[in-house]
Amino acid sequence: MSQFPYEIGLMFAGILFLLGLIGLIVRRNIIFMLMSLEIMLNSAGFAFVIAGTKWSQPDGQVMFLFILAVAAAEVSVGLALVIQVYKKFKSLDTDVLNKMKG
Amino acid sequence: MFSLLWLIPVLPFAGFLILALAGKKLGKVPSAIVGVGSVGLSALLTIIIGFAFIASPPASNVYNITLWEWFNVAGLNPSIAFRLDSLSLVFIFVITFVGFLIHIYSAEFMKDEEGYSRFFAYMNLFVGSMLTLVLADNLLLMYLGWEGVGLCSYLLIGFWYKEPANGAAARKAFIVTRIGDTAMAIGLFLLVKSFNTLNIESLSSLVTQWETGAPIANAAALLLLGGALGKSAQLPLQTWLPDAMAGPSPVSALIHAATMVTAGVYLIARMNVVFTLSPFTMHLIAVIGALTLLVAGFSATVQYDIKRVLAYSTISQIGYMFLALGVGAWSAGIFHFMIHAFFKALLFLAAGAVILAVHHEHNMFKMRGLRKELPVTFWTFLIGSASLAALPLITAGFYSKDAILWYAYSSQTNGSIILWLAGWFGAFITAFYTFRMVFITFFGEQRNKVSHKPGIFIKLPLVVLAVLSVIGGFSELPHTLGHVTIFSDFIDLTLPMVQINEGGISELTLQVIVALTALAGVYLAYIKYLKKSVPMFEEIKLTALQKFLFSGWGFDRLYDKLIVAPYMFIAEINKNDFIDLLYKGIAWLNGLMNHILITTQNGKIRRYAIGLVLGAIITLTIAAFL
Repeated sequence: MSQFPYEIGLMFAGILFLLGLIGLIVRRNIIFMLMSLEIMLNSAGFAFVIAGTKWSQPDGQVMFLFILAVAAAEVSVGLALVIQVYKKFKSLDTDVLNKMKG
Repeated sequence: MFSLLWLIPVLPFAGFLILALAGKKLGKVPSAIVGVGSVGLSALLTIIIGFAFIASPPASNVYNITLWEWFNVAGLNPSIAFRLDSLSLVFIFVITFVGFLIHIYSAEFMKDEEGYSRFFAYMNLFVGSMLTLVLADNLLLMYLGWEGVGLCSYLLIGFWYKEPANGAAARKAFIVTRIGDTAMAIGLFLLVKSFNTLNIESLSSLVTQWETGAPIANAAALLLLGGALGKSAQLPLQTWLPDAMAGPSPVSALIHAATMVTAGVYLIARMNVVFTLSPFTMHLIAVIGALTLLVAGFSATVQYDIKRVLAYSTISQIGYMFLALGVGAWSAGIFHFMIHAFFKALLFLAAGAVILAVHHEHNMFKMRGLRKELPVTFWTFLIGSASLAALPLITAGFYSKDAILWYAYSSQTNGSIILWLAGWFGAFITAFYTFRMVFITFFGEQRNKVSHKPGIFIKLPLVVLAVLSVIGGFSELPHTLGHVTIFSDFIDLTLPMVQINEGGISELTLQVIVALTALAGVYLAYIKYLKKSVPMFEEIKLTALQKFLFSGWGFDRLYDKLIVAPYMFIAEINKNDFIDLLYKGIAWLNGLMNHILITTQNGKIRRYAIGLVLGAIITLTIAAFL
């Protein structure tokens, strides 16, 4: 097999992860925060696939399927909560939802 | 027979337990029966064992009984064990027998008081502790008894605790004796460190490894002496005893005259091997004894409270015992202890009867002329006084004091004419203040009505003690007069004999001088207080010197200025204990950290995410570089 640019692949996963992280930190809307989380999960999955390719093992892709399943479950629970939160507080801004006085 | 020895201290302890646990439910009569009975049984047992001891002495004149091992740590294994020899036999005889008489007396004396069973509980605890002290075969058990009697002394001085002054006197006695006890405890540590044992018998043979006059021998002897000085109210720790008269009269008789205050004498006699190794300490004991007997004697000459006269006289008489010990005349010191216990207990009990008769009035100048109304008290008090003043030939006090004075002059250890002169002048003062007390209290115009005549339980102990105060002396007569040595032969079974210098002034000359001196003292008192009229108390003006003597040579004021005031000053400026600042600082730091960390718990989910990221970055960085 010709030389696959693993470094570039891993860098791409890292950049994707950072973008997701920054999105998580700067966004105040819960839905966007959930989307950022999805991006981070996918970047991690991408890193697994790259690694699996490098060692010619199927484990990386199997791991990605697991991550996909976890992400799906997480999103379904997360969105259900978001709906409840919106019904109760009429807002999805995390700073507004904060009830602590620290 | 001897195997019952352990019962002697255990019986009073049992009495104490019964009275302490069930005292409130028992009435007055059962309380008295338990309290007096327990000591009475002890006294009976002591007399039986004493006769057995004299009739058929145990091997090497010592009987040991070990009840159980107290503890065993790093080779130090003191036992709860008792040791009977001639020295402890004399002491337990005096403690139980005189103690028994005083208990009988108390049954009547205290009958109108609140806390009747409490009184007997304390008294029984005292007798038990004192017996433990003198019977102990090791210094640790002795120290237990030593502290036990100190505790009882404190409890009984403050028996009438509703009066704040009594509580203050009790605390003073406790704290001042504690100074001596601390020295003694350090002395015990020193002995443990040197020999890893506190058993008296093994110590007595082990300490001879030390050279005579070696620094460590001096240190051990001086520290033990410290304990003796505190307990026996000798210079410079004598200030507590006059104040201790705040307690009931039987307490003064038992604890502050006959037994506890002589514990120091017992300690020195018991550890005589250690003291003999330190000639400096022996000399110091003799000098302290001589000084104390003069200082206290002078103070006694100006007191008006009858019990304070007796208190100063007790300090003075124990000074004589220390003088005897200091010149190595062990048996003379112990002999004077026994005789002193008889006549001083008698004097205190009689004084108590007088005080009870005149509505708890202590002031001699407000009593007067009680001779006719209280004949038994008067005659017994007179006999006790004669013994204290050492009137020649007939009284026991003469023989015991004469022996001390003779050895103070002639002993090879430290005997000197200066010590004799101090004791001789002390004898003159003693005779003077004793008969000053007799003449003021019992002669002249009556100034106070007699409200309470003593009953049989008060009279009986007085008479028995009066008899002992006379005949007790005939167990030891100087060789110029009959030469009886029953007592010293008995004591010399345990303690070394005194060696005397030959030549010098003859014993008879000195005896005649002492005898005449005592009579001169009585005569001076006669001139001043019987021939001349005695002024009313309110008219008495003390000169500056008399005021100085009255306050006990200003020792209290000196200690107040020198020790109490600086202590209070330091306590005042250090109200907010500076050592506490450290702990307060730790608490403050914790509070600060808590405050900082609280602000991170703000519920802002994005901040938490940042924290998470930062944490991960730091961890990864550390992992990458280490």
